Amino acid sequence: MPADGLNERPIRVVLAKLGLDGHDRGIKIVARILRDAGMEVIYLGLRQTTASIVAAAEEEDADAIGLSMHNAGHLALAPKMLAAMHDADLDIPLIIGGIVPDVDIPVLTDAGVAAILGPGAPAEEVVAAVRNAVSR
Amino acid sequence: MTDAKETWQQRFDATPPRDVPFETMSGVPVEPVYGDAPYPGQYPFTRGLHAAGYRSRLWTMRMFAGFGTAEDTNARFRELLRHGGTGLSTAFDMPTLMGYDSDSEWALGEVGRAGVAVDTLADMEDLYAGIDLSKVSTSMTINGPAAIVLAMYIAVGEKNQVARADLAGTIQNDILKEYQAQKEYIFPPRPSMRIVTDMIDFTSAEMPRWHPVSISGYHIREAGSTAAHELAFTLANGFAYVEAALAEGQNINQFGPRLSFFFNSHSDFFEEIGKFRAARRIWARWMKERYGATDERAMMCRFHTQTAGVSLTAQQPENNIARVALQGLAAALGGTQSLHTDSYDEALALPTEKAARIALRTQQIIAHETGVDLVADPLGGAPYVEWMTDEMERQAEAVFAHLDELGNGSILEGVYAGIENGYFVGEIADAAYRLERQVNAGERIIVGVNDFTEGTDDEANLLRIDSETEEYQRKRLEAVKHDRNHQHVTDALAAVTAAAEDSTVNLMPPIIEAVRAYATEEEIVDAMKPVFGVYVEKAIV
Repeated sequence: MPADGLNERPIRVVLAKLGLDGHDRGIKIVARILRDAGMEVIYLGLRQTTASIVAAAEEEDADAIGLSMHNAGHLALAPKMLAAMHDADLDIPLIIGGIVPDVDIPVLTDAGVAAILGPGAPAEEVVAAVRNAVSR
Repeated sequence: MTDAKETWQQRFDATPPRDVPFETMSGVPVEPVYGDAPYPGQYPFTRGLHAAGYRSRLWTMRMFAGFGTAEDTNARFRELLRHGGTGLSTAFDMPTLMGYDSDSEWALGEVGRAGVAVDTLADMEDLYAGIDLSKVSTSMTINGPAAIVLAMYIAVGEKNQVARADLAGTIQNDILKEYQAQKEYIFPPRPSMRIVTDMIDFTSAEMPRWHPVSISGYHIREAGSTAAHELAFTLANGFAYVEAALAEGQNINQFGPRLSFFFNSHSDFFEEIGKFRAARRIWARWMKERYGATDERAMMCRFHTQTAGVSLTAQQPENNIARVALQGLAAALGGTQSLHTDSYDEALALPTEKAARIALRTQQIIAHETGVDLVADPLGGAPYVEWMTDEMERQAEAVFAHLDELGNGSILEGVYAGIENGYFVGEIADAAYRLERQVNAGERIIVGVNDFTEGTDDEANLLRIDSETEEYQRKRLEAVKHDRNHQHVTDALAAVTAAAEDSTVNLMPPIIEAVRAYATEEEIVDAMKPVFGVYVEKAIV
């Protein structure tokens, strides 16, 4: 089981923006927060597809995938991402950050999203969410 | 009376005042301006563009709206006009902004979510149905496919017997800041600039009431920049458009007055006011001294302002009403020409009708109850405000010097180089992270987020866009595609490609012909892609 303690390799996280949404302020901040916490961050950038994200996660041997969503596309895009991960036998946690109304949170967690980080989530919460998801 | 005061007085007298008493609520009569020359309406316009300030005309209350289908947004437009809104502002959904139709694979989950879906002229006809386009001014926030959407608006006008010369409004069309901040680009920078200069040329000649570019700092700030960088990057982009138009042989006194700006109003009250005042002064000086404008109208930095969406908190969302009021007041004190006030629920979703109405009411309170309209530039002369104005200018000039050097004496080339080498995105990301760390460390308090957190209420009632919108829009597009004249579409698209290949031809006329044929936005974009290519950003953290 990967962990970021001594003698273990650091947690590797693939971060990406799936689809057309170009709001990248949050994900770039998250990338730096995770990096400052000692994790290895692979930021794929904008306009990624489920296929490009799965491929990168496999190639980088990632421990988790983090997607950022600000355009209310989460109910369509998160299940699509989970399905693509399932089809590829990629058994790592998917974490969503961005604007997700409270009522949608159980919908996404029931579908298999490991954690959801809302706007203004403090750095410790972001780091803890990734660590917990990975060690689960 | 000094010469400057006399010229000011003449201009002031020539402007009919609004029919309201120009006295405080306690009955104290007040002068239209206080302090020394240069006065409002005088170069370099630090104190405002108009001698009479808001006494002759208040700012335009322009509320940004767009969601779901064209019919949904049309209903919201009519609602805002009925409640005293004085201009329209259109938000498009992501597929439309990126040049994809609603039936594209890229559009999944995005149709009508963050704005209205427009695929063909048929959608634009519905969007502005029942609204007299010769009477309202319309702003359209779109960049990559701006030429296509402007063409659609012209065609809607034609169908309603409104000549293009009578259409008033603004299309954002500020492609440079897309590479720097908002990231809604299609083609690479240089061919995109050709489209922009074609639009400037076309509207200068044929649409005297149209602003073909709204040079926007809003998104730069939202992406995380400082106030000074918002100011500097925006004006530098403005200089870049000026240089590009001059290189095409266009007349600065003719196109200069058509350029307009769009700034953010964030929470640091005096910094914002200094930024607005500095923007007018810098633009006037550069247009006159560096680019040789001689007509004062070509030196005037006219701007729209929107309160800072990024400052809205999901926690205790009602607090956002107070934030928006203060940010809106700063914009008015800074002399904005038009204003959008954000709705308190926008950190969570698109605004509900009630939230949008409260936001409009907020700026009506600022305009009609605070007395901010009585005196032009009421804070001018205050030592801190003047110092802040100078400081904003100083920081901006340092950025211009850097870009000028990067571009070997050309700001346009400097901006291209800064896009290429990651200067803009790097500076923006650094500033965003710095602020985030301060908030996280508790050094900077955001009420309801990292302090005063007790009393976080249940989530507000939110606007939901159901997924039926997507299905409905796809069917509608299918029907339009079925009913149109296919030969007309094919020929019109071929003409767009041919025009793209020949840089001496203006792209607007063939694009107008293509939208008249009900070619879709994506089809028209695809007609240009083989010639112009597509832009892919390097992922830099």
